[in-house]
Amino acid sequence: MNLKGKKIRLHDMSLRDGMHSIRHQFTVQNMQDLSQALDKARVPLIEVTHGDGIAGSSVNYGFGLHSDKDYLEAVIPHLKNAQVSVLMLPGIGTIKDLQMVEDLGVKTIRVATHCTEADVSEQHIKYSAKRGFDTVGFLMMSHMASPEKILEQAKLMHSYGANCLYMTDSAGHMLPEEVKAKIGILRAEFPDTIELGFHGHHNLGMAIANSLAAIEAGATRIDGSVAGFGAGAGNTPLEVFAAVCDLYGIETGVDVSALMDAAEDVAVPIMVKNNELPRINRDSLTLGYAGVYSSFLLHARRAEEKHKIPAREILMELGRRGTVGGQEDMIEDVALEMLRARRG
Amino acid sequence: MAKIRCALIGPGNIGTDLLYKLKRSEVLEPVWMVGIDPTSDGLARARDMGLKTTSDGVDGLLAHIEADNIQIAFDATSAYAHAETSRKLTEKGVKVIDLTPAAIGPFCVPPVNLQDHLNKGEENVNMVTCGGQATIPMVFAVSRVQPVCYGEIVATVASKSAGPGTRKNIDEFTQTTSGAISKVGGAKQGKAIIILNPAEPPLMMRDTIHCITETEPQQDAIIESVKAMEKEVQKYVPGYRVKEGPVFDGNRVSVFVEVRGRGDYLPEYAGNLDIMTAAAARTAEMFAEQMLKA
Repeated sequence: MNLKGKKIRLHDMSLRDGMHSIRHQFTVQNMQDLSQALDKARVPLIEVTHGDGIAGSSVNYGFGLHSDKDYLEAVIPHLKNAQVSVLMLPGIGTIKDLQMVEDLGVKTIRVATHCTEADVSEQHIKYSAKRGFDTVGFLMMSHMASPEKILEQAKLMHSYGANCLYMTDSAGHMLPEEVKAKIGILRAEFPDTIELGFHGHHNLGMAIANSLAAIEAGATRIDGSVAGFGAGAGNTPLEVFAAVCDLYGIETGVDVSALMDAAEDVAVPIMVKNNELPRINRDSLTLGYAGVYSSFLLHARRAEEKHKIPAREILMELGRRGTVGGQEDMIEDVALEMLRARRG
Repeated sequence: MAKIRCALIGPGNIGTDLLYKLKRSEVLEPVWMVGIDPTSDGLARARDMGLKTTSDGVDGLLAHIEADNIQIAFDATSAYAHAETSRKLTEKGVKVIDLTPAAIGPFCVPPVNLQDHLNKGEENVNMVTCGGQATIPMVFAVSRVQPVCYGEIVATVASKSAGPGTRKNIDEFTQTTSGAISKVGGAKQGKAIIILNPAEPPLMMRDTIHCITETEPQQDAIIESVKAMEKEVQKYVPGYRVKEGPVFDGNRVSVFVEVRGRGDYLPEYAGNLDIMTAAAARTAEMFAEQMLKA
């Protein structure tokens, strides 16, 4: 694999996907410390919102300790170079929420849908593009559709005005060949002016290999989190990936040592304090194995505690039923159903 | 027995499903189907079912309102067009049942507040959204027992049952539904989430209702209230079922609901379509009975 000289942009997820790992309980100080450490390491783009995107704060996904606005206002003014993105999921957030962040200095809006439902993003992508944001169409759970379907859906998002398209492995279920095929078909069909991105989860331990495969196939934006701070077994560990990129001669522009320090000195202590270290264990591995949305992890554990049904069994069942991102309410429902079946 | 004559505007999924229900009604007679595309399948289907049709939009209907004695009209088009449509129809004395998320008139969720609207003789009522019809009765079932400071619903529908209108108007869905959770459901604050799931075979519409009560939930009274409400909804949506719950967790009360459609136009999984059109038909029937009595 010759990747020497390829230029990519790293996008850190720890302040957004990391919210899932600690039940959306970042303090404002945590967010400031982490974002400033990332800025110092020259990470160009940082995502800040509730784990489920703007307005994700809810019973279903967990209430954030603070509002999206509070976090954004606390983070953005202190950054020297890094720019900030927000995630929004149509059906959870609305254009009103996008209007709210507009004056706060956000530069990138990422609109996420399930990989077969891109047409629900029309209002939001059009709005974002029209207002001059770096506009990303983000196809979640991309393991659930064929390369041709991913292409068809990406074309819809492109037609609404997205300048960057993401093929997202929300369940950490993909293997490198699949990543290559899906990014490859997009790269072959879209002009070079349209950027492609990949977002991985480490549930099968494949996030680094998958991200490299994405670059080989033409992706130039790669998501990751320092210390893998993200849902499930975490995202692509960003400091590890940056080091690997260096060895391959891929240009990321980040300071690898400073990124290691951000991971070790800032991210890990936040995880420890919250008693949650995202890592591969039987439950997060099951997410990847069964192809289940990574943020289901802690909800399934809570159902295990409350209803005494093993999280792994609940997650396997959710995989069999073809649940998609955002269906956290199915976890308790399925647990209760399994409980009923056991009691006969 | 005499029937009240009706017009349907919008021959899409919702309009067509509603037509099947009106055909069965003992007090309503569907007479006109209004569209904007002369080649649409929906208009052809309505013609086959014996309706008069026009592809000139609501203007094509206006001239016939008096001659055909149209007293109730259903708008199943889009939120954008509704204001103008409604104005033209109410001017002519036609009662409008609004199935778009426009919400010009007051929200109507039959087992909660239809009687109030009948008493007031409203000229335009809004049917909220499919998710609202499936969940707001349950929010109300809790809030009539004790104060609810926050009500949240998650509506999951099969991708195949969400037409282009719903998809283009997804913000209107969440905003209209959350507004009605507080206005009609009685929660102090409301939040709505909608999820489309493309699984094959398509999954049945399912809804989760979370209420946060201000004080410790009165479990027995809530269980009883939820059961009674389930029966009320079943009167017009036979496939409505409380699947699990109420589950109590601190001050959280959660109810898990499934809606099996009657399979009129779209198959059984499209409970979202069924509950919306059944609620609209029920509302119109109650208005019709009132008109017939007068």
